[in-house]
Amino acid sequence: MSTEIAETVAAPRKTRGPWAVALVRLTTNKAAMAALGVFLLIVVACLCAPLYAQWAGVNPFQSTLDAVIHIGGVEVPVMEQSTEGLGLGYTPLGPTWELGNYFLGADIQGRDVFARMLYGGLNSLVISGAATILTLVLGTSAGLVAGYFGGLTDTLLSRILDILWAFPIYLLAISLSIVLIAQGITIGPITIQSGSLWLPIFIIGIVYVPYVARPIRGQVLALRRSEFVLAAISLGVPGHRILWRDIVPNITTTLIVFVPLMMALNMLTESALSFLSIGVQPPDASWGTIILDGQALLYTRPLVAIAPGIAIALSVMTLNVFGDGLRDALDPRSKIQFGRDA
Amino acid sequence: MIYPILRRLGQMLFVMFGISVIVFLIFFATPGADPAARIAGRNATPEVLEAVRHSFGFDRPLYVQYALMMQKIFITGDLTSFVNRGWKVVPAVLDSIPVTLSLVFGAAFLWVVFSIIIGVVAAATRESWLDKLLMALGLLGISMPVYWVGEVMNLITQSRYHDTWMFSWVPPLGYKNLSDDPKGWFLTLVIPWITLAILYIGIYGRVLRAAIIESMQEDYIRTARAKGLSETRILLRHALRTSLISFVTLFGLDFGALVGGSALLTEVVFGLQGIGKLTYDALQSLDLPMIMATVLYASMFVVIANAVVDFVYILLDPRVKTS
Repeated sequence: MSTEIAETVAAPRKTRGPWAVALVRLTTNKAAMAALGVFLLIVVACLCAPLYAQWAGVNPFQSTLDAVIHIGGVEVPVMEQSTEGLGLGYTPLGPTWELGNYFLGADIQGRDVFARMLYGGLNSLVISGAATILTLVLGTSAGLVAGYFGGLTDTLLSRILDILWAFPIYLLAISLSIVLIAQGITIGPITIQSGSLWLPIFIIGIVYVPYVARPIRGQVLALRRSEFVLAAISLGVPGHRILWRDIVPNITTTLIVFVPLMMALNMLTESALSFLSIGVQPPDASWGTIILDGQALLYTRPLVAIAPGIAIALSVMTLNVFGDGLRDALDPRSKIQFGRDA
Repeated sequence: MIYPILRRLGQMLFVMFGISVIVFLIFFATPGADPAARIAGRNATPEVLEAVRHSFGFDRPLYVQYALMMQKIFITGDLTSFVNRGWKVVPAVLDSIPVTLSLVFGAAFLWVVFSIIIGVVAAATRESWLDKLLMALGLLGISMPVYWVGEVMNLITQSRYHDTWMFSWVPPLGYKNLSDDPKGWFLTLVIPWITLAILYIGIYGRVLRAAIIESMQEDYIRTARAKGLSETRILLRHALRTSLISFVTLFGLDFGALVGGSALLTEVVFGLQGIGKLTYDALQSLDLPMIMATVLYASMFVVIANAVVDFVYILLDPRVKTS
């Protein structure tokens, strides 16, 4: 009898941990889950780019001005001779709405726009994802070091971050791109070739560092003064251990919340840089470069410019909705706003 | 009150200096290639390279190079382009400033007015279908690339629907001087203004809605209700007024971001010869002196604009005055 009571008392109450609670909150948020679903669909479609190109038998990186395709048994040249003016110009094929057969038509070089969109999407996703990781790693390190060690290190890092913060993102990115785009860059053992995807990743990753570092520094500063950290310090726990065991776990939720919102922002930045021809370099594609290609065809074949824009808007919007849901689930009190300033 | 202003002024000067150093380091000290070759542009002759080296002082220490560059850009203003041989860069930048300012101020006016309307309406009808619709539209506005919106606008107003009654008034792309042709100035800018404002109306509408809803929980709102004030009056006179504080702070940050980012892209799409279009053309021809000048002038403007907003804020907010 008495042992029974003791067992009942000793048995831990079944409560869900904070992560499980957050997961439940997230999975019951219909809008966030729908957004995640749509975004994953886009990702999967883009991952299938090589398969699609193989199946459709097109090479989206080679100009094929003299290609001829069959639509409903009729032979149609990919580049139609213009009927306007002197008839010297060529207009690329419009959308056929047949999957695998120039679904969205051809661009100015006779390439399959839909295949390029899949490949371009892959590049846009890879760049924005990798840049997000780079920003988070650099920003977190800077924020941790500045917030935890304080003193001169903090003053120095904070001043540099202040300057970068005040530097308009696009102007900084333009300066870095125009200098690096032609020759690439060598930092110690790492060499980035010009035309490499790493270049836009590096540039976009750098320019947003203060957007992560500043809030993280603030959090670390507050944690540094909290009782459990003071207790650890007075017990003689070494600094790196406190950072790793006490501080980092407490900023993890913030970092997770940053991921989708940061990625949405990076995607817009990447597309803008590519549109300015200082992002992804031809013959590689990204959604931004396809819009640039489509600019010349805007009034004759508007879909070349419109389709990738819809893809960007859809990806960014789903990332924002999901990011909002993630924030509400993990960190409801946080003030992180999406869209601007991460 | 004088102390916070001086402090902010000092901070502004420090940031301006910092940005100029970063720009200098990016253009002149990035490892990998000869900066003279970059500045001279493609296929430069040895004589041109030599002239570039001499005029930028590449045989002298870095701080002398920095001083020379700042002198060329801000003091004597005799920085010349090597791609467009002999073209004075600084006057070109100064000439393009009114275009960019016209675009930015007009768009800012639209975005402030409409985002306040949307924020208030959404907050007043919160959780209704109207609120949800407005917020979804706001989200869409944030998610679209601004240059793409511009292209869609061009497609509609210049091509597809240009001959209908709705858009027949839209003039061809380009900019008209305010002093020469005020009507033309206004008409050419309407579509670019709307394009640029769409993005920010979305963000600000959402921010303002959240701020109003938060301030509706405050005690003074309960007091106002207890006094028997009408809901409209409470919303407009009490909740909105306090919510505008966060609105003003954000505005300072974004106004700067606008000049250095979205406005640049909008100018390119609509063929407005402002600083953005100048930068874009220089990017296409790899004209580095021009890019240096536009980047420096635009970012200095942004820093000053942000500081001015903060001064206004200090003057407006009594809490800053007393502290």
